[in-house]
Amino acid sequence: MSDVLLEVRNLVKHFAVGGGLFGGRPGLVRAVDDVSFTLRRGETLGLVGESGCGKTTTGRCVLQLERPTSGHVVFEGRELTELDPAGLRDVRRRMQVIFQDPYSSLNPRMTVGEIVGEPLAVHGLVKGAGARRDRVRDLLRHVGLLPQHAGRYPHQLSGGQRQRVGIARALAMEPALIICDEPVSALDVSIQAQIINLLEDLQSEFGLTYLFIAHDLAVVRHISDRIAVMYLGKIVELADRKALYDDPLHPYTRALLSAVPIPDPEAEARREHIVLRGEVPSPLDPPPGCVFHPRCPIAVDRCRHVVPDLREVKPGHWAACLLA
Amino acid sequence: MATLLEVVDLQTQFLTRGGVVRAVDGVSWDVAEGETVALVGESGCGKSVTALSIMQLVAAPAGRIVGGRILFKGRDLLTLDDEAMRRVRGREIGMIFQEPMTSLNPVLTIGRQLTEGLEIHLGMTPTAARARATELLAMVGIPDPARRLPQYPHQFSGGMRQRMMIAMALSCQPSLVLADEPTTALDVTIQAQILELMRDLSRRLGVAMLIITHNLGVVARYADRVNVMYAGKIIERGTARELYANPRHPYTLGLLRSVPRLDEPRRARLDPIEGQPPDLTRLPSGCAFRVRCAFRVERCATEVPPLRPIGAPGHVSACWEAERLTRVKEPVA
Repeated sequence: MSDVLLEVRNLVKHFAVGGGLFGGRPGLVRAVDDVSFTLRRGETLGLVGESGCGKTTTGRCVLQLERPTSGHVVFEGRELTELDPAGLRDVRRRMQVIFQDPYSSLNPRMTVGEIVGEPLAVHGLVKGAGARRDRVRDLLRHVGLLPQHAGRYPHQLSGGQRQRVGIARALAMEPALIICDEPVSALDVSIQAQIINLLEDLQSEFGLTYLFIAHDLAVVRHISDRIAVMYLGKIVELADRKALYDDPLHPYTRALLSAVPIPDPEAEARREHIVLRGEVPSPLDPPPGCVFHPRCPIAVDRCRHVVPDLREVKPGHWAACLLA
Repeated sequence: MATLLEVVDLQTQFLTRGGVVRAVDGVSWDVAEGETVALVGESGCGKSVTALSIMQLVAAPAGRIVGGRILFKGRDLLTLDDEAMRRVRGREIGMIFQEPMTSLNPVLTIGRQLTEGLEIHLGMTPTAARARATELLAMVGIPDPARRLPQYPHQFSGGMRQRMMIAMALSCQPSLVLADEPTTALDVTIQAQILELMRDLSRRLGVAMLIITHNLGVVARYADRVNVMYAGKIIERGTARELYANPRHPYTLGLLRSVPRLDEPRRARLDPIEGQPPDLTRLPSGCAFRVRCAFRVERCATEVPPLRPIGAPGHVSACWEAERLTRVKEPVA
């Protein structure tokens, strides 16, 4: 189908740990363990989960910053896992990334103008210094910065302004897909909403598609059309925004939603809270059966042996739970 | 209930190349016995420096407390000598930091870090201290505590380390615990566990808590009263219920409106606070928030608004236009 921009199929990424210079027991971290999803042009897919669930590694595998152990990443009809570095460079123009930390993802020795202008020169998109300067000013304006910001260094900007620079740099390539990896979680609350509104404006203006990776479920609900919930390297639930938040099918999704504190004491007092027991098991040694069963409030005996498939429980609503 | 801690006109400054930073600029608030009070604000608002000032842990010589009083059980902590202050820290006031990995000693066992305070502050024998340390770990929900004592912090998960910090903070039965972003480094399901634990323990042991956080949600569930800080000053204070239902400062209102809420219908668009966070070396005249404020009037540029009572008892706001504010519900998407 032509409206599918990105298709990820049976993606697996394992990291070998231990052994080596410092010894330690060799093992295999199953960071991403058989993940599949598609992304349609112009939509935003939210990828949520707690630290270590594999959401960032999934994003990095899509970008081919990590080479997947197995599986397929098809972007604009091209299989990325088979491309050589030259082919990848070409493709990467079309997919860009915005990182979490606007402090460490910008070169402190370059001015804002150089940071945003460099990719234009590297990829030969805009020829001539004068034309590049104009394009940089144009990009800065699009992200809500002023032309004079081009001469500043990252340390002279606030966190929110730095994240705008990161967005301008991504936009410079006129990408089809932007992978947003926790783009607002390092920012102050009052600034987060500014950046989210900006991302939405740019999406409608340039027809962008977002893979929005975040742990904040309220932010993800706001920005995403569909949402995939990850736990220990697997997608445990995938649905439209409304279905996922109004009628979550997986007990992990329910617990996650209930754990998000709401800024309203009255509403908090009325809510039912599911506090999960224990902690996320090590991805070095994931539990047998359903990976969530040791913490699951409704697990039955079968869950300890049978690995639940991600299946379509209702139209468009997928869940990996035997009891869903 | 009796007042346990009263901070009066506290002023803490830092000398930087960019000039004097008034990180805490004439702040007054109090905590009653057994009460949970929150100090909320964004980075750089002075909330952490306030806590460090109470413990007198502000890094000298750049930072110093230049004015005010910190009355704890009626005694001004600022008049104590180093030795007396050392007896207050850990013994009478416990502290929980944001990042348990950097605030625990990586080369001492969990057991030793717990027993050290018990031996020094309470004069326990090593044997008695070990027994007590085991009890403390069990109290904060660490399974198999006796086996855990000889382990090191790196062998604990983030949530376990924060439980360990809580055990340390409570070990000498303090009457007040300062918790600086106690759950910010944790995942949301672990955050819920830790907050429940802190609330249960504070109720059971009658410990007062000061929770410092940027997360309005965390505060809503656990605080009795809330102080909102902006640019080194408290700009609003009230009971949690009153402050959330009826915010009377444009900054508080803006913060509440800018975050998407899971319990409300999705809004078409978020409603951010415009502009940038304040630069403490170059604050505007008058009200520091006025450059970002939708309610500003001429007077805001010339006169600093004082905290004054508004609405319900105990509710105060530092805004000339406080009467004009009402909670505006957003249109539904």
